[in-house]
Amino acid sequence: MPGLEDLYREIILDHYRTPRNRGALETPPAVVAQGHNPLCGDEIQVYLLVEDGVVRDVKVGGQGCSISQSSASMMTQAVKGKPVADAHRVLDAFRRMMGLDVDGEPEDVNLGDLEALQGVVKFPVRIKCATLAWTTLAQAMDEAGA
Amino acid sequence: MGLHAATIKGDFPILDRMIDGKRLVFLDSANSTQKPRQVIEAMAEFMRNSYAPVNRSSYRLAAESNDCYERARAVTQRFINARKPHEVIFTKNATEALNLVVQSWGRANLSSEDAVLLTHMEHHANIVPWQMLQAEKGFAIRWVPLTTDGQLDLTDLDRLLVGVKAFSFTAMSNVLGTITPVRRLTDAAHAAGAIAIVDGCQYVPHHATDVSAMGADFLAFSSHKLCGPTGIGVLWAHEALLDAMPPFLGGGNMISDVRLDGFDTAELPAKFEAGTPPIIEAVGLGAAIEYLESIGMAEIRQHEMDLTVYALNLLKDRFGDDIHIYGPDNIEVRGATLSFDFRGIHPHDVSQVLDQTNVCVRAGHHCAKPLMRILGTPATTRASFYIYNDESDADALADALDSATDIFGF
Repeated sequence: MPGLEDLYREIILDHYRTPRNRGALETPPAVVAQGHNPLCGDEIQVYLLVEDGVVRDVKVGGQGCSISQSSASMMTQAVKGKPVADAHRVLDAFRRMMGLDVDGEPEDVNLGDLEALQGVVKFPVRIKCATLAWTTLAQAMDEAGA
Repeated sequence: MGLHAATIKGDFPILDRMIDGKRLVFLDSANSTQKPRQVIEAMAEFMRNSYAPVNRSSYRLAAESNDCYERARAVTQRFINARKPHEVIFTKNATEALNLVVQSWGRANLSSEDAVLLTHMEHHANIVPWQMLQAEKGFAIRWVPLTTDGQLDLTDLDRLLVGVKAFSFTAMSNVLGTITPVRRLTDAAHAAGAIAIVDGCQYVPHHATDVSAMGADFLAFSSHKLCGPTGIGVLWAHEALLDAMPPFLGGGNMISDVRLDGFDTAELPAKFEAGTPPIIEAVGLGAAIEYLESIGMAEIRQHEMDLTVYALNLLKDRFGDDIHIYGPDNIEVRGATLSFDFRGIHPHDVSQVLDQTNVCVRAGHHCAKPLMRILGTPATTRASFYIYNDESDADALADALDSATDIFGF
């Protein structure tokens, strides 16, 4: 539909249809953080298992719109198996792409598929949808002391 | 004689607005309504010619402004058939009106021995204020459950009311569109020795309202949902109740005397109108009420019933099992608020697609999260109709939903 191509890119719809890393992890050893989008009532859970400074596993539960669910799905792919420091870099870079204030100097980080979400910035009310999983991941990282 | 939708549309300048060359299809009136030129002009005219502070200055212009402000109160009194103008309290909005009841009446009357009865279909504004006071006072909050078709399940009402001091409920659900049996509920409350507080936000803009016929002790509603401006709401209560209550907000206007060791409150309504009130907004509210009255509240209700039947039939015929519309089918007990699930597509995505053709709906929890949990969904898409909507707007909604299928139909 005209005007929506920037928002509903094929890769976004693909992650929405077949979300990666859905489910839960046993806590402990994993930690879980709960995220809410107060605008629409969406609730998600991010399960995070950090071992030896590496994001061993990450899973997402809950429900949401195509933007929040696809963003969550791509996020899990972007941080799973990465050293914690790299996960933080991706987190910061993604938030910057969404126009959020992030402390520190921007780094050159390849966001890969996540770049498809850049179009969300043109639809300001949807930014909260796109960042929900990431904000929740940041809470989980805090929880894990990572 | 029914109302003439085309004439009414013409009264709302914003409906002439084109976005991307397409007309505006405003279906978010349960959230807030658009404003007719009668309201816009009344407020502008008042600011141009008559504006001055009220209740304190003695020059002629102030007296004129005061008259305009009090005239709005008299118009509101007549609109809801209240006995006395000073039973009408102007607040910031309906939320503040309900907070006033809880913080003033509730704080003075509720203790840990008591119970308050609410329903599962309440807006957060009729839940959270009670929970805030509950945290201090420790009273119980009970809930009237729902039937499967989204009406109040009154099977156990009398048992639920035992020991209840206040029964606070909506006259019409902002999510389900359900109209509740107000008189039956207020009678049951009184029989149990409780007061009855009616949240009229969704009801008053669409129906002739008579506080005596309702049997209510308190009625709260907002201006911005009945074509008036934001920034003003109404609390009505019986004079005797208001007289017995302690003040809510303190400050100027609400006192008759202030000393170093204390204060005396002013008479009604000033007692509950601390600070400079929403004077311009009151003028707008009065103009909005007179505008609705010029159309006729019975005609408004009939128009909405006709339009709701049309929209329900259209959506069900066109989409069959792909659309699930919440709330009762019986038009006698539902208003023109249609919350629905469409093909499992998330409401945010539905509303995003509808917005491409300027079809404005609300997607989300509608400030009724406990209800959404009971319905088993985090969010719904809600289309709500008002006097300026007609069948072409329902058609536009249905057409726009087809586009959502194009993108998300997998």
